[in-house]
Amino acid sequence: MTAAMAEGAAETAPPLLSVNNIEVVYNDVILVLRGLSLEVPKGEIIALLGANGAGKSTTLKAISGLLKTEDGEVTRGSISYDGETINGLDPGAIVRKGIFQVMEGRRIIQDMTAHENLRLGAHTRRDRAGIAADIERVYAYFPRLKERTGLAGYLSGGEQQMLAIGRALMAKPKLILMDEPSMGLSPLLVREVFGIIEQLNRDLGITILLVEQNARMALEAASYGYIMENGKVVLDGTAEQLKSNEDVKEFYLGGGGGERRSFKNLKSFKRRKRWL
Amino acid sequence: MENLRLDFLYQLMLTGLIIGTLYGVVGMSFVLIYKASKVINMAQGEFLLIGAWICWYFLIEYQLPFWIGFPLTLIVMMVFGIVLQVVVLRPLIGEPIISVIMVTIGLSIVFQALMKWLFGVSPQPYPQIFASPTVDVLGAQIRTVYVLSIVVSLVIVGGFAWFFKFSKMGLAMRATAFDQQAAQSLGVSVKSVFAMSWAISAMVSSVAGIVVGVVNSVSSDLSFFGIKVFPAVILGGLDSIIGAVVGGIIIGLLEHFAVYVDLYAGIGNLQQIVPFYVLVIILMIKPYGLFGTRDIERV
Ligand SMILES: Nc1ncnc2c1ncn2[C@@H]1O[C@H](COP(=O)(O)OP(=O)(O)O)[C@@H](O)[C@H]1O
Ligand SMILES: [Mg+2]
Repeated sequence: MTAAMAEGAAETAPPLLSVNNIEVVYNDVILVLRGLSLEVPKGEIIALLGANGAGKSTTLKAISGLLKTEDGEVTRGSISYDGETINGLDPGAIVRKGIFQVMEGRRIIQDMTAHENLRLGAHTRRDRAGIAADIERVYAYFPRLKERTGLAGYLSGGEQQMLAIGRALMAKPKLILMDEPSMGLSPLLVREVFGIIEQLNRDLGITILLVEQNARMALEAASYGYIMENGKVVLDGTAEQLKSNEDVKEFYLGGGGGERRSFKNLKSFKRRKRWL
Repeated sequence: MENLRLDFLYQLMLTGLIIGTLYGVVGMSFVLIYKASKVINMAQGEFLLIGAWICWYFLIEYQLPFWIGFPLTLIVMMVFGIVLQVVVLRPLIGEPIISVIMVTIGLSIVFQALMKWLFGVSPQPYPQIFASPTVDVLGAQIRTVYVLSIVVSLVIVGGFAWFFKFSKMGLAMRATAFDQQAAQSLGVSVKSVFAMSWAISAMVSSVAGIVVGVVNSVSSDLSFFGIKVFPAVILGGLDSIIGAVVGGIIIGLLEHFAVYVDLYAGIGNLQQIVPFYVLVIILMIKPYGLFGTRDIERV
């Protein structure tokens, strides 16, 4: 029912981003994505979930153009954003179009101050006055960053994640590709970071494609989700549908019954019950 | 007699400081390329040589006054740096760093030969540029060009500090040096960062080339001046811009102090050797230099 409604809406307004059946190869030989498709409607938070090595980061890099920097290439399919095909463009051109990837591990420039990192986020912009005003706006979101005048390398993990998000905002993106923002953070900080992500989406209207291992949190924030395995989408649906799906519960939401399985058992269980 | 020699020492140390600052300036331009792209530019010395010949040519052939010929040379060198990067080095991005370094060795040989072919093998003096060739600095006679040199060096060092702290390109270069892929994710074009680093490097090195050319006349000895930059940057730490300046000054002071020691020791040519002794000692006891980052060995 809800899926049908979403489809109806998608027909009237084309999605902001659509990835159509792409295949990605690294170093000309390593096939990582095998016909992946997904859609990100404007104004939504869309979750992209899956185990380690499924190809989530590769998907984001295909969209942002960063694949090029790792000798990767989209060899089939297409990626369109706002009605234009964007695969093959340089990362810089894609940032200018309004897509910004917050990379896994935050990738703060550690030997610069927080302020310099924020200025760096505005690299593709030219409006000096606007940049200065936006830095203050980011500080309003993250007051802690303003107090930290030392090198960003000394910030805590949570502060670095906020700096990474703040730096993304400096580019004035329409779509943020967020790769595992909860990685390495305490549960309390994870909650805070997800709160911020939802706030950005709500207040600034920024569309977000959210890659996460923490499926529970991601499905709380997202309206729709895709689950990847081995370079393909194996299941998708609204957040509600995914949360109530038995397989998703077992694999990603930490077992329905609450009893703990050993890692070894879990692995063989997974092998038996993969979707494809 | 005793007194006279202390005067001489004072004059030597002042000269050492000025020459050392020049080493520092060339060192900075060397470190700039290394930091941006991890390339060790073995043709840095030839940048001095080319800059000095171009300026000489403007002054002699076109009879331009120094204050026009000098900035004009800087512009030509900037373009030269960009062209060199785009034509020779850009296609090598992604190749093993050692191959790129071999290519810069090749470049240094080509430039040496090219300069000899274009301008001949005999040293050529610069025309008289300053009304009086020396000025009095607190009792020591210092060449006017050295005074100009220290002023220009300080302007360059200050310019670097400003550039890396406040300009957009400077920030982008630092980001690229720290994490190339992260910089690209912010929209930084690594291609223009690399081109810019070669442009600035060639331009700044040529300043040193011109100063030394004015003092000693222009000849292929200039690239030997460039070689002294290795001890300076190794001492300071290969990836530290401040280290390059400090290392350069220390080397400059040491080699001029060596002249004084040689006066008594009578070894002869001690000045030429000292920087390289320092190089060996530093590599043995402090391979990352005074300001270098430890993890550079991972490269
Ligand atoms: N630069 C690369 N070169 C070669 N293989 C890669 C590269 N990056 C990722 N891979 C491979 O692609 C697969 C998917 O990786 P990735 O997209 O990082 O997965 P995820 O983000 O879902 O953990 C993995 O098997 C990984 O080894
Ligand atoms: Mg990943």
